[in-house]
Amino acid sequence: MIYQAGSKESNDCLITIKKSNETKIHIDSIVGHLFYDQILQAVKETLDDQLVDHVEVTVEDKGALDYTIRARLIVAIRRMKNDV
Amino acid sequence: MFRSLLFIPGNNPSMLQNADIFMSDGIIFDLEDAVNINEKDNARNLVETYFFTTKDLPKNIILRINPVNSLFIEDDLKLLLSRKIDYILLPKANMLSMYVIDKMLSSLEEKNNLKVTKLICLIEEAKGIAEVDEIAKHPRVEALLLGAEDLTNELEIERTTVGNELLYARSKVVYAAAANQILAIDTPFTDITDQEGLEYDCSNAKSLGMKAKTAIHPSQLETINQIFSPTKKMIHWAQGVIQTYEKVGKGVFQYQGKMVDKPVIEKAKKLIEKAKIFDLL
Repeated sequence: MIYQAGSKESNDCLITIKKSNETKIHIDSIVGHLFYDQILQAVKETLDDQLVDHVEVTVEDKGALDYTIRARLIVAIRRMKNDV
Repeated sequence: MFRSLLFIPGNNPSMLQNADIFMSDGIIFDLEDAVNINEKDNARNLVETYFFTTKDLPKNIILRINPVNSLFIEDDLKLLLSRKIDYILLPKANMLSMYVIDKMLSSLEEKNNLKVTKLICLIEEAKGIAEVDEIAKHPRVEALLLGAEDLTNELEIERTTVGNELLYARSKVVYAAAANQILAIDTPFTDITDQEGLEYDCSNAKSLGMKAKTAIHPSQLETINQIFSPTKKMIHWAQGVIQTYEKVGKGVFQYQGKMVDKPVIEKAKKLIEKAKIFDLL
């Protein structure tokens, strides 16, 4: 089962999350050449804050700011948790 | 005090990240009509994260919550815990929804040691218009905002550029606000391509006593601010009245050939105060 939050509109990102044997993070960003590390950090920190592991997270980023990435990931995680 | 308030859909990151640079006197972060029912959690969380992580927030933050009888109300109100919200915009305001929101807010404020939440009431139903005098008296209420789209839909009438169909509703809101010394804010003009129509609509609303107007697009703000600000001529007149009043030291005198007494002096003072608030002096 996959869970999503966000969109592929400008300045937004689409986050997809699903259960996995190990934590994997995929980032596809239009600004990845500049901000890959920051996006990765935002995802990792949010997963830690939400006490979530063993998930596969995909970020399709259209130039989202840090808080947007964190907000979308939190909602995707909540949707996943609410469905369990 | 406002001249203009801009609606921003709560689920739109592009608009959110520019919220502090728009030239409106306040921003309405909309969790209600602008957000699809399946995206309420997304919008609420985006706005909350924006509040917590953004250094330069807009000068007046208004949160448009979902109706008190919706599933979303409790979660919407939790955003008050951010302590960043200046006003709650209550949709479909009537005496019953006022009673419910007051109870909910009082409980939340007491549990979390929050200051008293101020309300802007969205008067957008015939029931709201019928009860607007009572709504305006409530101590939490600082402004009334007319919502013409829902109202004309309920009445099954067309909105026109001339706006005769809104005369009664606008007047009810204006008089209820004035009688309780709160602000009357006009409904948005929904055709963002019609500049001439916007100018007319602003001038018409202002002439009826509206003190501010909402915008649905940043391009409307310049016109709204201009029309709802005191003009240079008016400011100059008010300064002249006040200076003459201070000089002659009498309650009744002549200025530019016209009689000036207490109501005129009060009007001039109000105008100067408004000009200062909007950085026109």
